[in-house]
Amino acid sequence: MSVIEIRNLVKTFEVENNKIVALDGVSLSVEKGDIYGIIGMSGAGKSTLVRTINYLEKPTEGTVLVDGVDLSKLRPAELRKMRAQIGMIFQGFNLLEQRSVLGNVCFPLELAGKRKQEARERARGLLKLVGLEDKEKAYPTQLSGGQKQRVAIARALATDPRILLCDEATSALDPQTTTSILKLLKEINERLGITIVIITHQMSVVTEVCNKVAIIDGGKLVESGSVDEIFASPKSDAAKELILGKEIRYVPVEKIETKHAIRIVFKENSAYEPVLANLILKTGQPVNILKADTRNINGRAVGEMILGLPEDGQTKNTIIGYLKETGLIVTEVSENEYTSA
Amino acid sequence: MNIQVLNMLLIGIKDTLYMTLGSVIIGYILGLPLGVILYTTGKNGLKPNPIIYRIGDFVCNIIRSIPFLILLILLIPFTRFVVGKSYGSTATIVPLVICSAPYIARVVEAALNEVDTGVIEAAKAMGASNIQIIFKVLLVEARTSLIAGFTITTGILLGYSAMSGTVGGGGLGDIAVRYGYYRWQTDIMIITVVLLILIFQIIQMVGTKVATSLDHRKHKGN
Repeated sequence: MSVIEIRNLVKTFEVENNKIVALDGVSLSVEKGDIYGIIGMSGAGKSTLVRTINYLEKPTEGTVLVDGVDLSKLRPAELRKMRAQIGMIFQGFNLLEQRSVLGNVCFPLELAGKRKQEARERARGLLKLVGLEDKEKAYPTQLSGGQKQRVAIARALATDPRILLCDEATSALDPQTTTSILKLLKEINERLGITIVIITHQMSVVTEVCNKVAIIDGGKLVESGSVDEIFASPKSDAAKELILGKEIRYVPVEKIETKHAIRIVFKENSAYEPVLANLILKTGQPVNILKADTRNINGRAVGEMILGLPEDGQTKNTIIGYLKETGLIVTEVSENEYTSA
Repeated sequence: MNIQVLNMLLIGIKDTLYMTLGSVIIGYILGLPLGVILYTTGKNGLKPNPIIYRIGDFVCNIIRSIPFLILLILLIPFTRFVVGKSYGSTATIVPLVICSAPYIARVVEAALNEVDTGVIEAAKAMGASNIQIIFKVLLVEARTSLIAGFTITTGILLGYSAMSGTVGGGGLGDIAVRYGYYRWQTDIMIITVVLLILIFQIIQMVGTKVATSLDHRKHKGN
């Protein structure tokens, strides 16, 4: 049974008599132990989607099942109990500013009616887990962004949830802090077996920690599956844009006039072979490297490259044929897909 | 200065403090829940309810638009009904409370509106009930603004209690009116004014100090 099962979710908002469709028939399922990335541009509906998982946002249509329980069937008190089983962290950390670090982590335990002493002991253990045991007396304003998010994570874990929802949890952090927070999330996932759902607009977040990904565009789920698969051969325009386009930090290659370009993705074994050198030696044809990058996908280095090919149709086919033979994933890309930086 | 005048001034101070603190405390007993209700039923509140909000909003606006001195006179029958007479410091507390409660409600509503909605959302996500959010999140996170509002309200009520002196309200204002205005004893009037200024300063100072010392957003450094 899936930990989270979302079926045909529709959410519309009324804003001054205008109907805005935030989610349009989204279905997805998250399995136990997944780190599930939900990615999309801002305004795609991903934040609304994550808020339906704990019913902070009630869907207009469709069902949300958590551990097989239909959230729409729960009474208010039961829903609150269910929410306590689902931890959540936010982009803005949302810590209680008038409470100390320890007080913040104790907060959900107090809500659940735990005794103070018991709550404190548990909170101290969690602060140790997130590496902030020496900060328990500090107040949120004295902490850096990364430290605040660690406190928020400790707080979210206090009630022993089975699911952790992360709503743009790293978007307000610098790249280094982002990496350390993602590492912590992965650790929590592996050590405590907590299923994690990550909402983000950064592809790098997905490739670093997620094993599955869903791409949301204009309120619709356009593609979902394992990160490996989607990264290697994105099918939808939104996925291509997220993987190829926006994150390119190189000088745009508009000046190079290439009609034919292909994207190749190196899997683990092929990354050690001198594929390009062999290609050139074998075909005697020049190829133009338009972009090259390696990325860390779930701890494995995966390379990608965009090559510009000669005009001649037959040579092009020979090259593609050769590359496929060596076990690479080859996809043709159109010019605007890799130059839209 | 003879002992009689001194005695009168001491009683004046006592009455002034009695009226001010009495009305601010009763005012908060009524105004604080009313402010929480206004916040909760408001547009972005925990349980928006346009009907309750509009009624509360309307009543607050009506009372607040009546000048205090007129309210004081308008309420004479009601005051007589509640405390048995319409003059003296206990009687003055009645119109002071009626006048301050809607004001306090507004101050509380504004303070609660300042609380970051993200924090409220986080509490909801942790399974907090609305009552828990009000007592454990809103009133705690907003306490600095609430105390600042309390200080301002107390200062205003001190001024209003003095104003009630014109209709026999008791306290320092009463002394100032009787001696300064009717008897032309300017020296006594000046003393009462100085005393009022002193009391006001003390209220403001204590209020600010308590508010800052309870505010953990400003304690910088490790």
